[in-house]
Amino acid sequence: MARCLQLRHADPRVPPALNLPDVPRRGLCLAALAWCAPALAQFRVEISGVGATQVPLVLAPFRDEAKSGVAISQVVRADLERSGAFRAQPGDASLDERSNIDMAQWRGKGADALVAGSVSRLADGRFDVRYKLWDTVKGQELLGQSKVVLAADLRLAAHRVADEIHQKLTGERGVYATRIAYVVRTGKRFTLHVTDADGEGGQVALASPEPIISPAWSPDGKQLAYVSFETQKAVVWVQDLSTGQRRIVASFRGSNSAPAWSPDGTRLAVTLSQDGLAQLYTMPTAGGPPVRLTSSNGIDTEPVYAPDGRSIYFVSDRGGGPQVYRVSINGGSAERVTFAGAYNISPAISPDGQQLAFITRQGNAYRLMLQDLAAGGTPQALTDSQDDESPSFAPNGRLIVYATRIQGNDVLMTTTLDGKIKSRLLSSGADMREPAWGPYGR
Amino acid sequence: MKTRHPHSMVAATLFGSLLALLAGCDTATKLNEPPGMAPVETRRPVATPPTAAAAAAVAAATPQSSVATVDLATGSGSGVAGAAAAAAAGTAMMAAPGQRVIYFDFDSYAIKDEFKGVIDNYAKVLSTNRGKRMVVEGHTDERGGREYNLALGQKRAAAVVQSLTLLGAADQQLEAVSFGEERPAVQGSDEAAWAKNRRAELKDR
Repeated sequence: MARCLQLRHADPRVPPALNLPDVPRRGLCLAALAWCAPALAQFRVEISGVGATQVPLVLAPFRDEAKSGVAISQVVRADLERSGAFRAQPGDASLDERSNIDMAQWRGKGADALVAGSVSRLADGRFDVRYKLWDTVKGQELLGQSKVVLAADLRLAAHRVADEIHQKLTGERGVYATRIAYVVRTGKRFTLHVTDADGEGGQVALASPEPIISPAWSPDGKQLAYVSFETQKAVVWVQDLSTGQRRIVASFRGSNSAPAWSPDGTRLAVTLSQDGLAQLYTMPTAGGPPVRLTSSNGIDTEPVYAPDGRSIYFVSDRGGGPQVYRVSINGGSAERVTFAGAYNISPAISPDGQQLAFITRQGNAYRLMLQDLAAGGTPQALTDSQDDESPSFAPNGRLIVYATRIQGNDVLMTTTLDGKIKSRLLSSGADMREPAWGPYGR
Repeated sequence: MKTRHPHSMVAATLFGSLLALLAGCDTATKLNEPPGMAPVETRRPVATPPTAAAAAAVAAATPQSSVATVDLATGSGSGVAGAAAAAAAGTAMMAAPGQRVIYFDFDSYAIKDEFKGVIDNYAKVLSTNRGKRMVVEGHTDERGGREYNLALGQKRAAAVVQSLTLLGAADQQLEAVSFGEERPAVQGSDEAAWAKNRRAELKDR
């Protein structure tokens, strides 16, 4: 639901212009809280370093949004600000998509763009979310859209509005309407959560008294593969999110783990120990016999498909310590990809196939690294934290979500690829881990 | 001859078109009216107040945001969840006695001399009772990645199974599995806790 987004500046060099005036913001937050239930979790933004150019934007409250139960404009505003690409100011409540906009006047107030809209309930119970986006610099209307949605999809509609504004103003696709899966441990209970990319609207897909690890999204965003220990061993399951139907995909002798979907959704790469130590296999998503992909004397695990579907990146200790390797989906010899450091695990490949994110051990610290696969060169650390785990790219390749530990709590963070803008998913004391960023569809 | 009531036909047509509209529930339309003018409503499915049919159709439409919850503890949801939870609860109650645990050094799979007696003992039990089945569960400490630790725990369990089979146990009497770092024996983030968590447990099946 609606919430306050606080910009906390870790770096004092950040220009004060990034700060919104305090009083109106507090007022908005109180207004938002008044009609919204408390949120389960939320991402909070921390910006460090300078250089981020931000589009100044005015976002008016959508007319009648309070009556819809979802503060649409607040969701849109929080989305845009979290990206680090926008600086949003609240606009005039009297505006909506039909208003005659005095562009020069808004430009004079420092706004490069203006958004206004409305929410109305239709006779059949659905809602019509309408808005317009104006470019006050060029003096023209950029977008005018209407979305008719069920009440349960109002937040989704708000995220799609933010996506459209983001794309129109930056030329780049937004990821606000995407979802993130992660695992929460509360005492002896494990829950697999699916949440909006802003950390809200969270729902539980699976609750279990036994551990759940390694969730992986199907490319269409409708199913999750994961490893559940509910039968007293590691077994790979696939679950349909909207129906809750679930089935075992791999439950062979030994451990079954690390599921990864092929980009076309027809196959799963998995780690099986049925023939001894952990090795890679691929199998049809619909079910069928696994085909062995690697044959090493050590551990081969954590497969991820390259976006073109032709090769698989994975972790192997065949050379001593664990390193990232790449192998063709047809098998054959593997090529080593990481060289710096003695312990490199958990590879994630950017959607364009150009960047490799992974976790390296440096002394006692486990740190998120980024390596340019095309240009080569030394991997760069994206954090200064100690216990980073499980990186996963946003589908537009601009953010990475990962797990880390802050003051004894397991938390989820997002970072830009330059490491400058981070946000933390806040929750109430539960340990959060194993994040997986979903695709565009759902 | 029975004639169809005209009203029900109208209702059926209305209902049909409504369903067709709801099939693409998330409709996005471009607003193209000039600024300042009232929008012309063209997509509204019914001009009349909501009928029972309309309300039912909307209720039947699935929001794209909904996720069904499967709770293994209560056995709610679909699939084989209930049975699996019952099986899990049954096995979880079996506590592992002390002599059934073998501890490992950091980053090691070697069975230390002090645990050779445990291996000898179970190898004898298994070789004299071919009907007996056991599971060897490998575990690691919390450091490092979850999947890599799962594979390391598997390596420890496999090392124990190999020692047992070398001393006469049959391969089909044993299964090596791993819990990685997921089921620590002791909570804590110091060497004392880690040493107790780097282990393999022998369990009856």
